[in-house]
Amino acid sequence: MHIAEGVAPVPVAAAGALVAAVGVTIGLRTMQDRQIPRAALMSAVIFLASLVLRLPFGPSSVHPLLNGLAGLILGWAAIPVFLVTLFLQALLFQYGGITTLGINTVTMGLPAVICYYLFNGYIRKKGTGRGGFLGGVAAGVTALVISFVLWAGALLLCGKHLAVIVGLALGPHLGLVLIEGLFTGFAVSFLSRVYPAIFEVPSGREGNGSA
Amino acid sequence: MSCVTHYTGNTCVHRLDPRTRLLVTLGFSLLMALSNHSGVLCVGVVIGMMLAALSRLPLKPLLKRLARVNLFMFILFLLVPVTFTGRTAFSVLSIDFSSEGLLWSTLITLKANAIVLVFAALVGTVEPMILGHAFFHLRVPAKLTHLFLFTLRYLDLFHHQYITLLRAMKARAFRPRMNLHSYRSYAFLLAMLLVRSLERSERIMAAMKCRGFKGKFHIITHFRFQRRDLIFCILSLAVGSILLGAIYLNIWRIW
Repeated sequence: MHIAEGVAPVPVAAAGALVAAVGVTIGLRTMQDRQIPRAALMSAVIFLASLVLRLPFGPSSVHPLLNGLAGLILGWAAIPVFLVTLFLQALLFQYGGITTLGINTVTMGLPAVICYYLFNGYIRKKGTGRGGFLGGVAAGVTALVISFVLWAGALLLCGKHLAVIVGLALGPHLGLVLIEGLFTGFAVSFLSRVYPAIFEVPSGREGNGSA
Repeated sequence: MSCVTHYTGNTCVHRLDPRTRLLVTLGFSLLMALSNHSGVLCVGVVIGMMLAALSRLPLKPLLKRLARVNLFMFILFLLVPVTFTGRTAFSVLSIDFSSEGLLWSTLITLKANAIVLVFAALVGTVEPMILGHAFFHLRVPAKLTHLFLFTLRYLDLFHHQYITLLRAMKARAFRPRMNLHSYRSYAFLLAMLLVRSLERSERIMAAMKCRGFKGKFHIITHFRFQRRDLIFCILSLAVGSILLGAIYLNIWRIW
C-alpha cells in the first residue's frame, strides 16, 4: 500500500513529509541511544518480512503489512523505523519513492502508534491467555484499516480521478484485513507466551542511558 | 547471498562524492515533482537515461525497477482517462477515453520515470553503508543514521535465519496453503525472528557498552569534495535553473 513515485503533487508530498518529520522527531526523542539496536534489529526483521514473507491467498499471495505488530512492540519508534524501511524499499526495489517517502511513512507509521496506545496495555495485562490472540487481531485489523483510509485519503488529495484506484483496491484489501488480523493475532499470542518482555516498550524518560 | 545490493561499478558517476549525488537527486526529484510542464519532464527523462547510461546500470535490474513503477502507470492509463471528464480522444467498445485524462497520465508517467532513473543512477550506485556515512555528513539526525546503519548491517543475518527456519519447516513437511495452519506457522516464524532479534540486540548493546559506546560512531571514511564534484554541481545547477526558467516562463511546452 504505497503511493508510487511521481504521483503526489508538491503540496501533498510536502504535507506528508512535514507530518512524517514531526512523527520521526517524537519517535527519536522517545528512543535512547541504547535502544537503537533494539529498534534497528526489529526494523530489519520487518523489512525482511515485508519482502520475503508471502502468505498464500487464493491463487496468488499477499505480504503482510505488519504495522500493527510493529506499533505494539516499538511504540513511537515505529515511525522512524518505517521511514528507514520505506527508504530502503525505495532505494533497493523502487516500492514507493523518494518524493512520496513522507506520505508513505505517515500511512504506515501513524496507525502503528495508534495501535500501541489502544492495545499494548491490554496485551501486557491479558496477553498470556486468549487475550493475546484477540488483542493481536484487533491491532492488525485496526492498523490495516487506518492505513487504508490514510492511503486512500492521500491518493484522493493527489487527484480526485484516482478514486477509481481506491475503489479497485478496496476488494482485495477486504481479504487482506482478514489475513493481517489472523497473522498479527497468532504472532502476538506466540510472543506474549514465549517472550512477553517484547511488549514492554522502553520510553525515553526512564533509566539513565547515555543520551 | 545478499538482499542488499547496489549497482557496483567504476564509472565517472561512481567516482562522484556521494553527498553531492544525494543532494542533486533530491533537488532533481523536487523539480520534477513540482513541474507539470511536458517539455521539462521529457528533458528529465532524457537526463535520467543519460545518467543511467553513464553509470552503466545493469539492464535487467533497471528494467525490473522501471517495470514496478510502470505497472502502476499502466493501470493509471487504463482507468484514469475513462473517469476523467473532458473531451473524448477516442472510444473503445463505446468506452470514452478523455484526452485530458490521457495527458495527465502521460505527465505522471514521465515524472515517475525521470525520478526513478536519476535516483537509480545517482543514489542506487552508492554502497548503502557509505550512504549512511553521507547521511552523517549531511547532518541527518545521528539516531536516524544509526538506525539505518544497524538495519542494513543485520538484514542479511536475519535473511539467513529466515531461510534456515523455513528450511526446517519444509523438512517437517510444511506446505504453504491458504489455511489457518499456514498462517499460524508463518506468524510463529516471524515471531521467532523477532525474539531472536531482541535477544541479539541486547548482546550487541552489551558489547558496544564494553567498548565504550557513547552514542556516537566515529567516522573513518571522509569524503573529499573534488574538482569533478564541483563541475557536476555547476552542471546540475545550470540545468536545474534552465528547467526552472522554462517552467516559470512557460516556454518549450510540447503540448
